[in-house]
Formats: sequence, structure tokens, C-alpha cells
Amino acid sequence: MARQVTLNRRLINTGVAWAFGILIFFPIFWTILTSFKTEAEAISLSPSLFDFDWTLENYQEVNSRSNYPRYFMNSVIIAVGSTLLGLIIAVPAAWSMAFVPSKKTRGILLWMLSTKMLPPVGVLIPIYLIFRDWGMLDSRTGLVIVLTMVNLPIIVWMLFTYFREIPGEILEAARMDGAGLKSEILYVLTPMALPGIASTLLLNVILAWNEAFWTLVLTTTKAAPLTQFIASYSSPEGLFYAKLSAASTMAIAPVLILGWFSQKQLVRGLTFGAVK
Amino acid sequence: MSTTHSRTAGKAMLSPAVILLFLWMIVPLAMTLYFSFLHYNLLTPGTSFAGIANYQYFLTDPAFFEALGNTLAIVGGVLIITVVGGTLLALLLDQPMFGQGIVRLLFIAPFFVMPTVTALVWKNMFMNPTNGLFAWLANTLGATPIDFLGHHPLASIIMIVSWQWLPFATLILLTAMQSLDSEQIEAAEMDGASAVSRFFHIIVPHLARAGTVVILIQTIFLLSIFAEILVTTNGGPGYASTNIPYLVYMQSLLQFDVGGGSAGGIVAVVLANIVAIFLMRMVGKNLDL
Repeated sequence: MARQVTLNRRLINTGVAWAFGILIFFPIFWTILTSFKTEAEAISLSPSLFDFDWTLENYQEVNSRSNYPRYFMNSVIIAVGSTLLGLIIAVPAAWSMAFVPSKKTRGILLWMLSTKMLPPVGVLIPIYLIFRDWGMLDSRTGLVIVLTMVNLPIIVWMLFTYFREIPGEILEAARMDGAGLKSEILYVLTPMALPGIASTLLLNVILAWNEAFWTLVLTTTKAAPLTQFIASYSSPEGLFYAKLSAASTMAIAPVLILGWFSQKQLVRGLTFGAVK
Repeated sequence: MSTTHSRTAGKAMLSPAVILLFLWMIVPLAMTLYFSFLHYNLLTPGTSFAGIANYQYFLTDPAFFEALGNTLAIVGGVLIITVVGGTLLALLLDQPMFGQGIVRLLFIAPFFVMPTVTALVWKNMFMNPTNGLFAWLANTLGATPIDFLGHHPLASIIMIVSWQWLPFATLILLTAMQSLDSEQIEAAEMDGASAVSRFFHIIVPHLARAGTVVILIQTIFLLSIFAEILVTTNGGPGYASTNIPYLVYMQSLLQFDVGGGSAGGIVAVVLANIVAIFLMRMVGKNLDL
């Protein structure tokens, strides 16, 4: 597959690609670097690359002063909770569409995707008022429910594309051997579907972790996740570059690492298997 | 393969998702539609029928046209930058090189950064006219620093959002490019096709499907850009960087005008549907189910 190229050409490619890569990654790199500077060095008018006094004081201060762990826990609960709830609803649905398709399946799938086209502001006011009347504003339960519904179409689509690649012949063989629906699902399908379910879970945790519209609108303090915590730095606290950087680094690190691990599945998952 | 038994089970398994999604869509949407015909402000008690007054007010407000233009500029601008840039970067990354895996990780990283972080980091550490890195760069080069968010708010937001979505486009297009049969390229090369014509006649058609997906997914998210605006400019100065979602948010949750905000919400839904019909046609053609 790989074509023969000269070493020179390969070196030039490497240089150009790395230059662009570093350029694109630079804002993240700079944020991480700044998080280890003192506030004075961070805001200095002649920034230094590595020759500064490395310090952890920003991390300590962010942790102690603003109850960072609570925001972090809110993020974890909301992202994981909405993903699990979504999977509970979506797995059976995707399953039945992949294995017992009907004439309506195509229509249902496209309709589900079209609900993602509904701009959140179209339903913002009723959700806000319902939440207010039911005392669900600024509650984790409320956010888990909203984010489940927001990401449900994506979860169904991802699972559907993964499930559809499980060959039907295996099911028929199991049936011939006398497997009932229950053992068919439990012992034949589940093991084959697990990798797809795992990637869906991973990608949806990432989407829910970063979801900003609903978390910013529906929470204030109690249930506020990291998106809200970071937004609270917008002014005038944002001028504390080092602390902002430390908070940002802690907010993005888990998802950045998850994302790097799942980048291959990301392509398949987010394009519904249309691009391989 | 399917029996009556399994069909019944299939329906039972599918219905919770369909019913919940239907309720999630139709109940609030019906309420928004209903509110949009009422005089309804959370600060004043009571409601009364307004007819189409809210729509009249919203649609004739100069802010609406500005927000509509901004929404289209953000979607269009970011799409052009990410699709063109993504194609070029994918072309670059597809070449043989050392450490391709690590470069890929560098490229994809911005996609995983939460929007509020992206917005704040760019606003403060890069675009700030006195302490930002761009200002330092300008000063070092002997130029005058630009007040990005103050004087070019919309362009700055397009730039920030493009940084966020360029990795996504690059990754998808790169994946598609790697599935291109290299023999086809080699054959074209032997036949004397230039690099440019190889690009336009072989690579671009091959990428069409992936490009469709990129445009579809990004449009869904770009139509609803919110956090980046809230954190950087608050829609200002004036309405210079307000898009439709942000305008509706301001009207309903900052001015407590439920009726007016609802009318705006319905307008946003109608606009998104126009885009959606067009996009779903494209997807219907390009995705085989």
C-alpha cells in the first residue's frame, strides 16, 4: 500500500505535518504550561516558554478555594448517568431495528436523527418552566434526563450501525441449535455487541461531558458541572490566567485522554459507519 | 428470518425510545408554539392572547436580521474553513512520514476540549489586546495589537469555533482518504495526470461521502453555537456577535419575555428545518440503510 518515497520527501512531510500539528495543539499546550506558572509570570508581557519557576500552587488553590471536586463529581455523574440511561433505552431499540427491521425502520432512524436538528432554543422555555415548577432547576436528575434525551438519537444510531455488522447467519445457527430468544441475546449477541456498546458509551460520555447549552442554562451552583465552573471564570476572574489554566487543564484532561483512546471509534461512531 | 414472535418483541423493544423521543420533541415544542401566541412575561403576572404580535415584534426587530446573518456567517464560515482546511490537512497527513500516530493525536485534541474552556482560553490568553499572546506577537513584530473580540467579534468567534471543529473534519476526511485505493492514483500518475487533476478527479469525488457527513454533523452543532458566544462576547458589542440561539436566550431568560422568546424559538426551529430538509436529502442519498 505504502508507495516508495525518498527519505527526503518523507522528512519534508514529517516537518510540515509536525509544524501544523504543533500549531493546532499549541493553545492546549500553552494552557497546560501556564497552569504551572505563578500569576505574575502567566500575565507577563514577555512570556517565557520553559524557563520559569514551576509551581503547583494554582492547582492547590483551585481545588481548595472553589470546591472543584464537587463540580468534577457533578460532571462525572451527569455524563455517566445520562450515558447509562441512554444505553438502557437505546440498546433494545437499536437491537430490534438491526435484527428485526421493518419497512418503517429507515423512516424511524431518519426521524430520530432529525430530532437532533431541533435547535435547543426551540424547547428551552418549556423545559425551563417545567423544571422550575417541578423544582428540578439546578438538579443533577434534571440534567441527566435532559442530556439523555439530547444524545439519545446519536446513541441509537451508533448502536444500530455497530449491531448491523453482526452477521445474521450466526443468529440463525444459534436458533437451529435450539437457542431461545433469551439465551440467543445473552450468549450469542451480547459478546459480539460489547465492543460497539463500549465505544458508544465512551463517545457519549465525551459528548455529555462537554455539553454546554443545557448545563449553562439549567444549573447555577448545586448541580453545576465543570462547563459551568469554567464559565464562571469569564470575568473578572478570567484575568487570573494561571488559575484559569489550572482549572481548564483539570476540566479537559479526562476527556482528552478518553478521546485519544477512542479516536478510531470516533470516526465510525460519529459518522454512523458511513466513513471507514 | 423474522417471525411474528420476534417482530412483536422488536416493537416492544423499540417503543420506549420512540415514545420518549417523541414526547421530548412534541410536548415542549407544542408548549413553545402555544406560548409564542401569548403576552407572557415572567416579571408581570398573568397572560393574555397576543395573536401574531410576538412574531411581528421578533421578525421586525433589527436584532433578528443581525442574528440571522451572524448565524449564517458562523455556519458558513466555519464550514468553509474546516472542510477546505480539513481536506488539505488530511492530504498532508496521508503522506508517508515519521510519527504519524502522534501528529494525529496533536491534530484531533481541540475537538475534545470543552467549549467553555476553548472560549475562555482564546479570549483571555490569546486574544486579549494587552496580555494576550497575539498582542505579544504583534508587539514583538513591531505591529499594533488587534482588539480581536472588541473590534472583530464575529470573525474571532468563527476563528475559535473553526479551531474546535477543524480536527473533526480532518480526522473524518483523513480516514476516508486512507480507504482510497492507491493503485488508482498510481495508474493516473502513469497516465500522466498532474497532481492537481489527480486531486480534483480522483481524491475529491472519493471524499464526497465523508464530506457530506462532516457538513451534516457540523451544521447540527454550528446552528446551535451558544457557549462560545456567552463566554467571549455576550453577543456584543451591540448585537455584532449574537446568533439566533443567543438572541432567544437573551429574550427569554434575561428579559423574561416568554412570549417573545418562544416566537424566536419557533423561528429558529423553522430555519433549522429548512436546513434539515436539504441535509437529510443529502444524507438519505449518501447513507445506505
